[in-house]
Amino acid sequence: MTKHVLELSNLACRRGGRLLFSGLDLSLTEGGAALVTGPNGSGKSSFLRVIAGLIQPLQGQIHWEGQNAQKFTDNFRSALRYVGHSDGLQPVLSVLENLKYWSQIYGSSQDLKKLNRGLESVGLFDLSELPARVLSAGQRRRLALAKAIATDGRLWLLDEPTVALDRQSIKRIETAISEFRSSGGIVIASTNAPLNLSDCKALDISDYQWAEQN
Amino acid sequence: MGRTELSGFIATLNRDLSIARREGGEAFLAVLFFVLGALLFPLGVGPEAQLLAAVSAGLIWVMALLSTLLALDRLFQADWREGTLELLVISPEPLPLIIAAKCTAHWIVTGLPMAVAAPVMALLLNLPPEGWLTLVGALLIGGLALSFIGSICAALLIGSRRGGVLMTLLALPLYIPTLIFGAGAVQAAVGGYDSTGHLALMGAITLSSISLCPWVTSAALKQAME
Repeated sequence: MTKHVLELSNLACRRGGRLLFSGLDLSLTEGGAALVTGPNGSGKSSFLRVIAGLIQPLQGQIHWEGQNAQKFTDNFRSALRYVGHSDGLQPVLSVLENLKYWSQIYGSSQDLKKLNRGLESVGLFDLSELPARVLSAGQRRRLALAKAIATDGRLWLLDEPTVALDRQSIKRIETAISEFRSSGGIVIASTNAPLNLSDCKALDISDYQWAEQN
Repeated sequence: MGRTELSGFIATLNRDLSIARREGGEAFLAVLFFVLGALLFPLGVGPEAQLLAAVSAGLIWVMALLSTLLALDRLFQADWREGTLELLVISPEPLPLIIAAKCTAHWIVTGLPMAVAAPVMALLLNLPPEGWLTLVGALLIGGLALSFIGSICAALLIGSRRGGVLMTLLALPLYIPTLIFGAGAVQAAVGGYDSTGHLALMGAITLSSISLCPWVTSAALKQAME
């Protein structure tokens, strides 16, 4: 029997008085991935924020390695890398400084070679000394993703990771994701743009709307 | 590199200080406001040395309070806008420790320079020299309390559009004890009395704010993420 590392059971979420989804179950093993789709406003971002612990779910449970991730947060949070809509960058700090700060916060290795490799994998190595404020939208997005790539997480929650990215960068991100999965990482990505992930679960949020009423 | 309990604190402190350094003038505007504001009083009250000497301790403290207030929205606003704050809330580092680092950096950028500038103000406002040392000491200790207590209000007002006015209403009542003992200590020193009592009470306020406020602020920040 394969061990489920991330297990969501009967998850429901309400925002602004509206029930976004309910009865959502999902379990992923090491190397697993789920691609979350659904129309705008259907609750893709809220779904990822619920898993990340930024929003309390209306009901349901999140288990990480058999532990309740809402109660025992330590283990879960050191595994979690959430890349939300905002890129979470400090404009006056350089690309490398931004990355370095998060490697310190996540407690991962601050080895310069490793950080540079992370920047290289998103094609930002040549810009590492530039302040983040001069980056373009796509470059900011890539740096936000590099924070996950270079810091040894085990669960990536990517909210529209390909927004503002060109074709070549999307390829790079796909490569990074598949490398991460082959090392045992779990990925949940929400997207409306084509993102090529091999062997992943497809999850359409709108399937879980009004589940209670039907 | 070895990881210690304080690595998140140190990383955040370093980060916030280098941001303040890069932004240069912007970070030190509060100190400028402190000096310029106090400079207006001799112009308004008139150059009567006796009158100024009597009120100068209180004036300097009120200006310190107002300047700290002015700088409070720098504490979380930028990080909230950029999405850094939500990442910190769900990071493996304990949130209160990160908040403590942010408050300490805030104090180094606002409170510390104010204490350093205080003797100049004391001279301009004709505060008797016996009170100078106590003034600097009181501002050093009290400034820390102002930054830590202020963090609660800054966290509660994240994302509100009329934050500035509300911040004043929320924070000033909480600042009153620090003001009373801070100005009291200087008055006592000027009058030739022992100011240790005032300073000790203010130290107690500061220590309790350092130990309690980060937890309250952290609860407020988590609420703001919903």
